[in-house]
Amino acid sequence: MRKLLIFGFAIIVSLAFTAEKDGYAIGDKATDFNLKNVDGKMVSLKSYEDAKGYIVIFTCNSCPYSVAYEDRIIELQRKYAGKGFPVIAINPNDDKKSPKDSFNKMKERAKEKNFNFAYVYDDSQEITKAYGASNTPHVYVLDAERTVQYIGAIDNNTKNAADADKKYVEEAVDAILAGEKVPTEKTKAIGCTIKWAS
Amino acid sequence: MVKRLFALIFIIVICFNYQLFAQDKQVKVIKVPELEKIIKTEPGKLKVINFWATWCKPCIKELPYFVAAQKKYSEVEFIFISLDYAENEAKVNAFSKKKGLDKSKMYLIDELDYNSWIDKVSPEWSGAIPGTLVVNDYGKEFFEKEFHSGELEQLIEKKK
Repeated sequence: MRKLLIFGFAIIVSLAFTAEKDGYAIGDKATDFNLKNVDGKMVSLKSYEDAKGYIVIFTCNSCPYSVAYEDRIIELQRKYAGKGFPVIAINPNDDKKSPKDSFNKMKERAKEKNFNFAYVYDDSQEITKAYGASNTPHVYVLDAERTVQYIGAIDNNTKNAADADKKYVEEAVDAILAGEKVPTEKTKAIGCTIKWAS
Repeated sequence: MVKRLFALIFIIVICFNYQLFAQDKQVKVIKVPELEKIIKTEPGKLKVINFWATWCKPCIKELPYFVAAQKKYSEVEFIFISLDYAENEAKVNAFSKKKGLDKSKMYLIDELDYNSWIDKVSPEWSGAIPGTLVVNDYGKEFFEKEFHSGELEQLIEKKK
């Protein structure tokens, strides 16, 4: 009996550990957040009224892959914000580990590139941990109920939008908007590691 | 006349070989099929395959440990695979020389559809660098981490 208890306890601990380490899986309900945008205002998912879903992208200034995707993120916002599917970009990096990713540098980059989407800073890294993001850029597509429907890369070419023939995020969003099943639910988010505070 | 011709051919051959020799120390741009060969198990051989890029700070920080380990363990094969864009080949070469990687096999993987190949390196790999694949007779193990002082040597001692 005792052994069984210990065994059960071990399973619970290992499950809890895995859950914490891995963050969300497809079908999980994602948490809302309240993070500071580059315009100084706080942004939450609930601040988007009548949203049909959300494209949450963990990304930053310093990673070359993130930079390579900036124009494509702008394009996603242009294409889907009007359809009730906004992009929210979250910078997860600790600014002591990665000074190029400080809030001030975020503001500069947003201005330089004319970001048309919210670019918020997760300075406590709590939201990043809750989602389980590990790389930048790392995308979570959520539906209106904040259920995670897609996790991974934006598309299948890290350098050129024109050469990408699998647009994972667009396919996911189109499917959700059409009330269909997302064709590819998970890919690997190629990029830089998130710079955790020590 | 014939002698001169031979001399000329001799010089050309030497130059050509020299060039080949010099090229050995340069980064070679590869695609997935070559990568698959590189990461294969070879009997009795321990391979340490490091994935890096010139823009990746933690990669650059750990490189000296790899260069030092390479001097210490001549029986271990060290391979460096750059994830830089192919257009930056010259930069990778210059950088590798500066860091002392040019004594090893160096490659640049020119495949931008990462989801088509990173699982072949390791299903454990999220696609971020630095990452190091260790291949020996018993199989492969992937380390998605930055190595710190002493850690790589410990790992090699365990694996060899």
